[in-house]
Amino acid sequence: MEGQKTSKQWLGELLNRHYADAMRVKAEGGLVAWSTSIAPQELLETMGIYTVYPENHAAAVGARKCAPDLIGFAEGKGYSADICSYARVNLAYMERQSCEAENMPLPDLIFCCNNICSTVVKWYENISRELHIPMILFDLPFNHSREISAQNVKYIKGQILEAIVRLEEITGRAFDYDRFREVMRISTETADWWKKASLLARAKPSPLNGFDLFNYMATIVCMRGTREGNELFKLWHDELLERKEKGLGPWKDGEEKYRVMWDGIACWPYLSDTYKILKKNGVNMVTSTYPDSWYIMYEEDDLDGMARAYSSIYVNRNLEFGVDNIIGIVRDFQLDGIIFHSNRSCKFMDFRQFEVQRRVEAATGVASVIFDGDQTDPRAFSPAQYETRIQALVEMMENRKAKGGAEA
Amino acid sequence: MNTWMDIVRELEDAAAHPRQAVLRAMRETGRNAVGCFPIYAPEEIVYAAGLLPVGMWGGPTRGRMADKYLQTFCCSVMRANTEQALRDDYNMLSAVILTTFCDTLKCVSENWKSAAPQLGLIPMVYPQNRKSASGKQFLREELMRVSDELERVTGCRATSESLEESVDVYDDWRAAMQEFTALLPNHPRVFDAKRRHLILKSVFFMDKKTHAERIKYVSAQLRRLSAESEPRKRVILSGLLCEPVEILDIITENGMQVVADDLAQESRQFRTVAPRAGDALNRMVTRIALQDGCTFLYDESKSRGAMLVDMVRREKADGVIFCQLKFCDPDEFDYPILKEELAAARIPLLHIEIEQQMDSPEQIRTRVQSFAEMLG
Repeated sequence: MEGQKTSKQWLGELLNRHYADAMRVKAEGGLVAWSTSIAPQELLETMGIYTVYPENHAAAVGARKCAPDLIGFAEGKGYSADICSYARVNLAYMERQSCEAENMPLPDLIFCCNNICSTVVKWYENISRELHIPMILFDLPFNHSREISAQNVKYIKGQILEAIVRLEEITGRAFDYDRFREVMRISTETADWWKKASLLARAKPSPLNGFDLFNYMATIVCMRGTREGNELFKLWHDELLERKEKGLGPWKDGEEKYRVMWDGIACWPYLSDTYKILKKNGVNMVTSTYPDSWYIMYEEDDLDGMARAYSSIYVNRNLEFGVDNIIGIVRDFQLDGIIFHSNRSCKFMDFRQFEVQRRVEAATGVASVIFDGDQTDPRAFSPAQYETRIQALVEMMENRKAKGGAEA
Repeated sequence: MNTWMDIVRELEDAAAHPRQAVLRAMRETGRNAVGCFPIYAPEEIVYAAGLLPVGMWGGPTRGRMADKYLQTFCCSVMRANTEQALRDDYNMLSAVILTTFCDTLKCVSENWKSAAPQLGLIPMVYPQNRKSASGKQFLREELMRVSDELERVTGCRATSESLEESVDVYDDWRAAMQEFTALLPNHPRVFDAKRRHLILKSVFFMDKKTHAERIKYVSAQLRRLSAESEPRKRVILSGLLCEPVEILDIITENGMQVVADDLAQESRQFRTVAPRAGDALNRMVTRIALQDGCTFLYDESKSRGAMLVDMVRREKADGVIFCQLKFCDPDEFDYPILKEELAAARIPLLHIEIEQQMDSPEQIRTRVQSFAEMLG
């Protein structure tokens, strides 16, 4: 543990160090991988391949308002304005290799897991083609049935074993199964602290200002398999627990009047704007679907369990699961409302949103609104529309409270 | 006795009036119909179960019922299919198989479970690691699962014998289509872009065996005809599909002929035939493993551009028209790469953005006209 730092200070340092280390490893001739955000990084960590995450990088570029330049470059190359803006930012960065917001080295291999969407396959295929580097694809079949089938688990496990062989070929080194077990243990422990910390927001008032989830997310993506990540999330948990025990809410200067969930990715270029409008209205985003997304749990040495865990995240599950998951969140966190982000970049999240909203509302009576935005392309977001929708949500939540509150 | 032109008109008519064609095929074959979403629905299994596979490729449908489920930035084929499902246009279908190749297809399949529960939806996942041992095994098991589901929904079962027969029927049809499309470039006046498209599309609404017989008959007649002498500019189409058909008329009006295509709706259905090795399921699995240059199938070597360059050389084509269905992500990712690869090979390329329900293709007319002029 590093002195008396808060987890937030440490988080910033860890992220800076993450990119600096990646540049150093690359400069020293080490291997660097680019990976999707919820991939079996355990294999790369075991192999000592330094891994950076284009989604993290694109989010940082977006939050620091540097996306338009890269987006323009990608569109100039022929990429449609209708495809994922993370992909546009990243494919442009791959060529420009420089951005004021943040820099990361080019990869020596590509590590892609399509449990988050099918789009990443096309995006990463292009990186692999443009840079002439190998791509390892973990193809995690979408679960149309409620449960993860044995057929899917078998296929995913087969791919993990095939990936190990390819990594041995690429690095010229044998896969160290003892180290693998250790990384598996660290990864699940870190995931557990992440989940435990985020669950503390169930307290009323929530000790967590949920927009912090967006900040801490970068680290759960890139440090799930590391000791530092593990310690960071334990520290964050302990801080939140202390706040909870003291009965502290999310803000020093304001009271949590309404508790909502945010569905979808943040609008990074408008992170502060979207936050401030909520805070102004006493709305605390206490949770999202993120806590479960990196809750990748399995037993050490259990490749079937690992395969099942990576397949189980909600974006790889059917609508029925998605609806029940949100209904559970509404009840667990005693939510007053839901904010659905109709994110122009993410067709998967968008095209079932209407049905999810209808069913969750029917089951729980929770108030909700949908607003139009985008994760990194500022052109798709209108602050005025967002504010109007939030005001409407507040009115609905107020009316509902007047009639007796949640579950009334 | 019908003349071969009567047969050509019959096929065109089937593509232009799908509902009537499907009802006729059901009557003539005694088979119940099963809807097959784009793309690579395992029709062989449907056919082997004694059912009639029917293509579901959207259409000019307008309406706002699909808004209940899908935002406006969803591709027009999926919006049209959803609209048609909500209007109960598919009431002649006993089941629907939907393959989830993209994020939109995943969502559509989930929405349809509540939007159109009466349609007996069977979602299917193709492996993207389709060349590896684990991927091939997964596909084999997935095909068996779909076969079981189909039986559960329709009561009709494919046996191993009927599946062998069915794969033979399909491979025979694929070979017939390859021969037929190879003959067309010599007859650009008779088989202009629109007619070529309609004939290729007609199979979605007919019995496969009947279609193969018709095609073989027309091919036999074509072999006897001498090639037309009027020269035209030769183009290749690439994309999901090239509709509405007005676009094809614009291509013809500007002195061009389609000499080959790389459209999911057309030649990608039949350009690969697996060798006769192993059982029927193995042949189906192998065909997918061998099918390269398709945006929906993961391809580490990203061979579509190279394939198009080869196709242009082989067909002595003058250029390529990239038909971008608006909001079709996979093609949107392929385009910038293709653009560079075709430019490096000095092959002229036209990019057109299409929607199935376009009000007026005038903007496309201007672009096609300039492209034709550029080809000289």
